[in-house]
Amino acid sequence: MKQSSVVDLLLLLLAISLLTTPAFSDLVLSKVERRIDVTSQIARVTKTLKVVNSGSESVSEFILTFPKFLGNNLAYLSVSHSEGKGKSKRTLVNLSVREADSNGIPDSISVYSVALPKPLSKGDTLTLEVVAAFTNVLQPFPEKITQGEIHLVMLQESAQYLSPYAVESQSLSIKLPNARIESYTKLENTKLQGSELKYGPYKNLQSYSYSPIVVHFESKAAFAVAEKLVREIEVSHWGNVQVTEHYNVVHRGAQLKGEFSRLDFQARPNPRGASAFRHLLARLPPRAHSIYYRDDIGNISTSEMQSDSKKTELLIEPRFPLFGGWKTFFTIGYGLPLSDFLFASEGKRFLNISFGSPILDLVTEKLIVQVVLPEGSKDISVTTPFAVKQSQEIKYSHLDIAGRPVVVLEKNNVVPDHNQHIQVYYKFSNINLLSEPLMLISGFFILFITCIIYTRADFSISKSSPTYLAKLQWDEVLATLQEVQSIIQKCLATHDKLEASLRDLSRTGDTQTCKAARKSTDSLLKDLSKELKPLLGFLQSSSLASHISPKVEELVAKEKELEEKLMAKHTTVVEGYEKKSSGRDIENRIASQQQKIIALRQEIEDLLEFIDEI
Amino acid sequence: MAALESPQPGTPTAMRNAFGNVLSVLILVLIGVLAFSIRLFSVIKYESVIHEFDPYFNYRVTQFLSKNGIYEFWNWFDDRTWYPLGRVIGGTVYPGLTLTAGTIWWVLNSLNIPLSVETVCVFTAPVFSAFASWATYLLTKEVKGSGAGLAAAALLAMVPSYISRSVAGSYDNEAVAIFALIFTFYLYIKTLNTGSLFYATLNALAYFYMVCSWGGYTFIINLIPMHVLLCIVTGRYSPRLYIAYAPLVVLGTLLAALVPVVGFNAVLTSEHFASFLVFIIIHVVALVYYIKGILSPKMFKVAVTLVVSIGMVVCFIVVAILVALVASSPTGGWSGRSLSLLDPTYASKYIPIIASVSEHQPPTWPSYFMDINVLAFLVPAGIIACFSPLSDASSFVVLYIVMSVYFSGVMVRLMLVLAPAACIMSGIALSQAFDVFTGSIKYQLGASSNSTDDAEDNTSTNNAPKDDASAGKTDKGEEIVKERSSKKGKKKEREPADKPSVKSKIKKKALVLPLEASIVALLLLIMLGAFYVIHCVWAAAEAYSAPSIVLTSQSRDGLHVFDDFRESYAWLSHNTDVDDKVASWWDYGYQTTAMANRTVIVDNNTWNNTHIATVGTAMSSPEKAAWEIFNSLDVKYVLVVFGGLIGYPSDDINKFLWMVRIGGGVFPHIKEADYLRDGQYRIDSEATPTMLNCLMYKLSYYRFVETDGKGYDRVRRTEIGKKNFKLTHFEEVFTSHHWMVRIYKLKPPRNRIRGRTKKLKSKTSSGLSSKSVKKNPWI
Repeated sequence: MKQSSVVDLLLLLLAISLLTTPAFSDLVLSKVERRIDVTSQIARVTKTLKVVNSGSESVSEFILTFPKFLGNNLAYLSVSHSEGKGKSKRTLVNLSVREADSNGIPDSISVYSVALPKPLSKGDTLTLEVVAAFTNVLQPFPEKITQGEIHLVMLQESAQYLSPYAVESQSLSIKLPNARIESYTKLENTKLQGSELKYGPYKNLQSYSYSPIVVHFESKAAFAVAEKLVREIEVSHWGNVQVTEHYNVVHRGAQLKGEFSRLDFQARPNPRGASAFRHLLARLPPRAHSIYYRDDIGNISTSEMQSDSKKTELLIEPRFPLFGGWKTFFTIGYGLPLSDFLFASEGKRFLNISFGSPILDLVTEKLIVQVVLPEGSKDISVTTPFAVKQSQEIKYSHLDIAGRPVVVLEKNNVVPDHNQHIQVYYKFSNINLLSEPLMLISGFFILFITCIIYTRADFSISKSSPTYLAKLQWDEVLATLQEVQSIIQKCLATHDKLEASLRDLSRTGDTQTCKAARKSTDSLLKDLSKELKPLLGFLQSSSLASHISPKVEELVAKEKELEEKLMAKHTTVVEGYEKKSSGRDIENRIASQQQKIIALRQEIEDLLEFIDEI
Repeated sequence: MAALESPQPGTPTAMRNAFGNVLSVLILVLIGVLAFSIRLFSVIKYESVIHEFDPYFNYRVTQFLSKNGIYEFWNWFDDRTWYPLGRVIGGTVYPGLTLTAGTIWWVLNSLNIPLSVETVCVFTAPVFSAFASWATYLLTKEVKGSGAGLAAAALLAMVPSYISRSVAGSYDNEAVAIFALIFTFYLYIKTLNTGSLFYATLNALAYFYMVCSWGGYTFIINLIPMHVLLCIVTGRYSPRLYIAYAPLVVLGTLLAALVPVVGFNAVLTSEHFASFLVFIIIHVVALVYYIKGILSPKMFKVAVTLVVSIGMVVCFIVVAILVALVASSPTGGWSGRSLSLLDPTYASKYIPIIASVSEHQPPTWPSYFMDINVLAFLVPAGIIACFSPLSDASSFVVLYIVMSVYFSGVMVRLMLVLAPAACIMSGIALSQAFDVFTGSIKYQLGASSNSTDDAEDNTSTNNAPKDDASAGKTDKGEEIVKERSSKKGKKKEREPADKPSVKSKIKKKALVLPLEASIVALLLLIMLGAFYVIHCVWAAAEAYSAPSIVLTSQSRDGLHVFDDFRESYAWLSHNTDVDDKVASWWDYGYQTTAMANRTVIVDNNTWNNTHIATVGTAMSSPEKAAWEIFNSLDVKYVLVVFGGLIGYPSDDINKFLWMVRIGGGVFPHIKEADYLRDGQYRIDSEATPTMLNCLMYKLSYYRFVETDGKGYDRVRRTEIGKKNFKLTHFEEVFTSHHWMVRIYKLKPPRNRIRGRTKKLKSKTSSGLSSKSVKKNPWI
């Protein structure tokens, strides 16, 4: 890596020395201020350029250049210019930037062209603010370190601003992390103030002037790079936006060489392992809920969450500390309230959600954002503040039939500066919301209906098969049995009435009512026994009931006997009362009958129970 | 059903039946919910994750199945385990569980319900325990009616023994096998009760499912023949018995032979011979009954003597052939695990690899109380209830409980087979007891209200014979209560006391107990049930829910989580090469292949004793010899589990003697005595030099002394013997947060090269330029 960049540098110098391109010389940069922030793993360059048109024609295009080895690692570039006069009124307006073809400019330089808001006429000045973020420009050096060593990185830049235009005055300041500085290139006007390194100001520079500098310093930042990040944003109109993010994280700093000793890592007070990072901080939107953090093999129990009304902070700790070159994989997921992210405009709905990862200072090499819209969404369009690769898919999820449309956005080399909002527009009617519940309801409805039909209907294949006929017959037998039972029950009830009349007799001594009761029961019992006859005949004739019919006959016979006994008792008691014999006398007379009645009654009940069990 | 089809659906009995049906369905649904939800403690307290060791293998197989389909699954040769031998998974695994979960997953996904394979696997066991309780209901209903069925189902839904194997995440064969076992028994009893060929066929299919799921199917194929034999001996032979048994043997054996892991074992190994023998016997008996039917009694006697004498000869010949066959096969036709069932000391004597597994040890008494709790007391009552009256079905459950009690006494693992039997018995006991008590209470209440009415008029004391009998009995009952008010009203004791006094001509009335006694007894029964429920919930929540890959400990500053295993498996899976081989003791093989996706040398499927012994030998050898063994196996990383820092007792040092034993069983230069000082296993300064120099010791305690300056081992509660040493052939590459897992890398063979170059240097003349030496990368 380092060798190649040195080669780049040489090529660049060679190219610059050969360069003769007067086409851009109309513009002059009267003042250039550059600030490079390397406190994290991303080199963030902020430039303020004061452009003066010294030529005769008006110019509508401004060319930005970077050395190729930086330009290749350019992750983010935005150019804005301030409008309005006075500090308070200034508003920044973003200008469109595109990669230009480098006609006439050597290959070792990357060229970007900026369209100016209005053509710059002669003598006019314009101030441009350029923000650029580079990844992978902090080269670990040495490339492999042991656990105990500190993590040193190297930055290559040019002390002079590389530009196709002449520069009148320029300065560069590099903000280094608050740690050891191993070495830096010393040129004239070089100052180191605390952790800030200053070059310049340099006056009246030719176009394409270049003086390489190298800064070698310790970095304590986490060089966390997501090799691949898949963010799935699923919109549910039931009130939730579910975000699931799958991270493949690697530590891109100097690689660990030799042993990893947990003892040294945990040693107090001087833990060795400064080059490793333990935590990543994710700043989730406010009101994020149902947060989880897991990987392929289950939940990862090391995470902390803090939330207030402004933000939700999730401190996630991978399963193991990540040393240089170590990798890990994890998934975080959270739900967001729909009302915070979904809005309506012009008959369409749009989802307004941030594009990049919520993890701070994380570089994503390949970011795939999948926005899953509800089933039945139409007319989908996406607006993004920067160029991304777009495509559409279909995803089948809970009980889908047509599938849910998925908008897939892909972008390489994403830095936190890309965490801007994207808008996904679509049309969706609320009726579709009800389709799945209705489907479930009708599913269960059909299930129950089938059950009902199954139990009610007759599904036997052959209506004349012996088993089927036997079953029919058996049903008939059972029905008859039930009738028999109910009749016997009625008989017993009648007997009870008779007994009750006897009790009344003992209280009132009124034999007439008792006799009347006797008469009515007599006729009732006769009717019942008449009803019983055909049933008995049927049971006897039925072959299936052969093992039951003796029991039933026994039952009926017993019932008859009981009836007779009861009548006899009744007669005795009534006679006794008519003869005015004493209560004890009557009791003595009926005692033997009484015992038999009890026994019979019991037998009948047993038989009834037996039949009941069939 | 009869109620539905009866012509007068309005009658009270029909209504009662319908209501009863609805109620039992509702209760069954609730039991299913209970069975499912009591097993979710592990998900709530920990997380939705696969537990322990074997489930990880099953999970991995299921993943493979869901990804590659069934045909690939049958042909799967797994090269990530048993390196360099590999393992034919499709042919050596019981596929029932995997296919079940795979099918569930497939169905759900084709309905567009996107559940992950893991989720399906985690919840398979609770779902199947709900099925198992329903199967228990069916089985017990066939034996003793639906009341007993419901009680048994409720008991089974929460029996701790079964919970221990079927909590959410415990994705093991037993989870579905218990359901299959009970369901097979149910269909057998159902066939026996109905004599329907339809159920007999279903029975064979259920048996097939059982064979697919678990090696415990041999229990079925021995228990059912035993019951058939019992029926024949006690003169209960019937055509229904024949229909229940003969198709099962024929179809069942054919189907069982379809399962690759069983194959021809279904007819070759002696576990199955009992069924064939009984198959022959039942045919002979059937023939005898047939002949008896067509011959006159006299002729029959002649025929019997004739046939018996010939039959005896034939039988002897057959038995002799069988014995010869069995004796000629290496283990006598019995597999090691089965042999240790019959002779509990067999395993510990001959097969250390079986004896080293804790679940193959005989259980202790407390574990009975822990696992089946109050059921142990209810079982005898249930057995008695089964004898009054004894039917084919109830004799089967009695036989089942007797056999399973024996087997559970041999192996802790088989407690699981006992649990359903105990639940069925206890369900019967409970339901009968409730029947008697509630019956008598109802009766007494009815009687007392009537008798107050009757008290006024003495002229006719008996308007209803029922009342009379009961009135007499209340008096009697009160006397009894006075006599022994302390008695809890066990019905069996009560019976003889009541019977003579009432002199009832009616059997039923004999079971009527005094009111107070019944109420007290009911309350006590309910308390017993409540105690059981409390115990079960406690067991499910506290004892059996730990996934064992995540450990927690409650300390003063809150819950402490030890997630070291997954930490190191994750490290292995992300930071080593895909084809690297990892050596560890076999316990961690399944987890390493499933979680870390790395090739292992040995795993929990202990099919190759020599290979395990090789790893055991390496672990018990000094560093250099171990390095050579591992290097010859192409091993790149060695993983050891070490609990000394935080006091995790089941670590490799505690398992080490088994490694020595198993290693020594194959490689005689490893002698157990070398690792013991006076027969004691120790790692302190008294330990033998062999112990202190073996690889396991070194890898476990490497730089351990630097943690506290003394090297105090919290598991062994002692300071370690050898404190400061360096590793020459291994280097530490990863140690988990609590030091529970330590991973070492084999150093490349530089020592040898250095030695050779030194020799080379000394040999060659000094004229050789120093450049050539400098090129050597090792200097």
